[in-house]
Amino acid sequence: MSPRQFSLLKTALFVLCLGPLANLVYGLLSDALGANPIEALTRGLGDWTLRFLLMTLAVTPLRRLSGRNWLLKLRRMLGLFTFFYALLHFTSYVWLDQFFDWGDIWKDIVKRPFISIGFASFLLLVPLAATSNNAAIKRLGGRLWQSLHRVVYAIAVFAVLHFWWMVKIDITQPAIHAATLALLLGMRVYWVLRRGQPKAA
Amino acid sequence: MPITRPPDILPSEITPSEIYRGRREFMRSTGALALAGGLGSLAGDATAGAKLAGTRPGPYGTSEELTPYKDVTTYNNFYEFGTDKADPARNAGSLNPHPWAVQVDGLVKRPGHYDLDALLKLAPLEDRIYRMRCVEGWSMVIPWVGYPLDELIRRVEPLGNAKYVEFTTLNDRARMPGVRSPVLDWPYTEGLRLDEARHPLTLLAVGLYGETLPNQNGAPVRVVVPWKYGFKSAKSIVRIRFVEKQPESSWMSAAPREYGFYSNVNPDVDHPRWSQSRERRIGEFFKRKTLLYNGCGEQVAGMYSNLDLRKYF
Repeated sequence: MSPRQFSLLKTALFVLCLGPLANLVYGLLSDALGANPIEALTRGLGDWTLRFLLMTLAVTPLRRLSGRNWLLKLRRMLGLFTFFYALLHFTSYVWLDQFFDWGDIWKDIVKRPFISIGFASFLLLVPLAATSNNAAIKRLGGRLWQSLHRVVYAIAVFAVLHFWWMVKIDITQPAIHAATLALLLGMRVYWVLRRGQPKAA
Repeated sequence: MPITRPPDILPSEITPSEIYRGRREFMRSTGALALAGGLGSLAGDATAGAKLAGTRPGPYGTSEELTPYKDVTTYNNFYEFGTDKADPARNAGSLNPHPWAVQVDGLVKRPGHYDLDALLKLAPLEDRIYRMRCVEGWSMVIPWVGYPLDELIRRVEPLGNAKYVEFTTLNDRARMPGVRSPVLDWPYTEGLRLDEARHPLTLLAVGLYGETLPNQNGAPVRVVVPWKYGFKSAKSIVRIRFVEKQPESSWMSAAPREYGFYSNVNPDVDHPRWSQSRERRIGEFFKRKTLLYNGCGEQVAGMYSNLDLRKYF
């Protein structure tokens, strides 16, 4: 792929990543989010946070399976969009759902396991987003930077639990996301284990 | 604001549904962002009801602003048609609630099979505007049409050992796509203590907004228990059974830690996973404080004076 083609692809992906947000905002303004638009918006932003997280985690396996190394250069953008949607999801909860009732928000974070774990995964995303630039990689050094960014595996598990513990009774959707995450993490475990073994004769 | 005084204006008197639907249509199609035009929502009227004639104001009700018809009929928990709140409005067209009969049996002197016509003629139909508080933390104000469930109960004459009433919802794979998935133990069952079932606020409802119930709201006949979380008000009822022991409801067996038999609205007893202290009234931006017994305390608190509401949640 030529540099020109790649930068076109990157621009197209950037615009595409804004699509879900545009769709939700349009839905909100045109009264198309149903009877409880605040809930629909908050949940929609949460759904997309989780989807972007899984897409970010899909980059490495896809690159390995396809041999297309340029895929790796799209990972940072997907990761930063994960944080962007997580921030909007959190903002929607704090602003629209709770209207800055810090007392109730604190109680939620402390008392409700699904909110505690969601909040934890959001907090853990902050240092990753803050160090998603070349200067930070240089400053931290590749090894330290990489260990720090492995926290994303814990974040993904927390995020799926956040969804799972939130639903009332029908766990179909959380289960689909959990299975996708298990596949993406399972491939990594498999590759690590295989690398550790001596090659068959 | 307790549910006490009769409403000033009856919804069935003031604005015929064709007109307020027309108004919504008009507002939508003139709205700056409604690019798609005004035809889209006509499909939603497929399950709308027929006018119920001769209703009279009931002795109880609230005068709060009604939740719009569209929201009452498109945001529903009725898992027999799917677990998304938009699913019932989409899928309940297949319910086809005619003919319909309710079996009334168990510990009663006069068990019977009541077809819908018999139920409609059993007692004068009343308009009653009640708040509906969902266990999920949202609420509506709905103008129901029906009569006290006790009108039926006294006719079947419960025996002395009848202590509880169990309601069973239709369980039909052909007409209810949601029961193919095992999210709950079908059929859906709910229960009340006999005194709760006979309480004058407990309604056997056959309509809302002056019309027969839309399918997604529990057509053709359901109960409405305004001081309990919404799921206690069983929909599309096919059986009412009088029993001696406290029945186990579908939600109790699905998650016993989360859903108790009483499920009275109570801002001080949280759901294990979320707070019940506030609620979002559908259509409002700011949350409201949730009221004990959903604001019906004056009428119903006496029934629970000896009950530990934390233990019997």
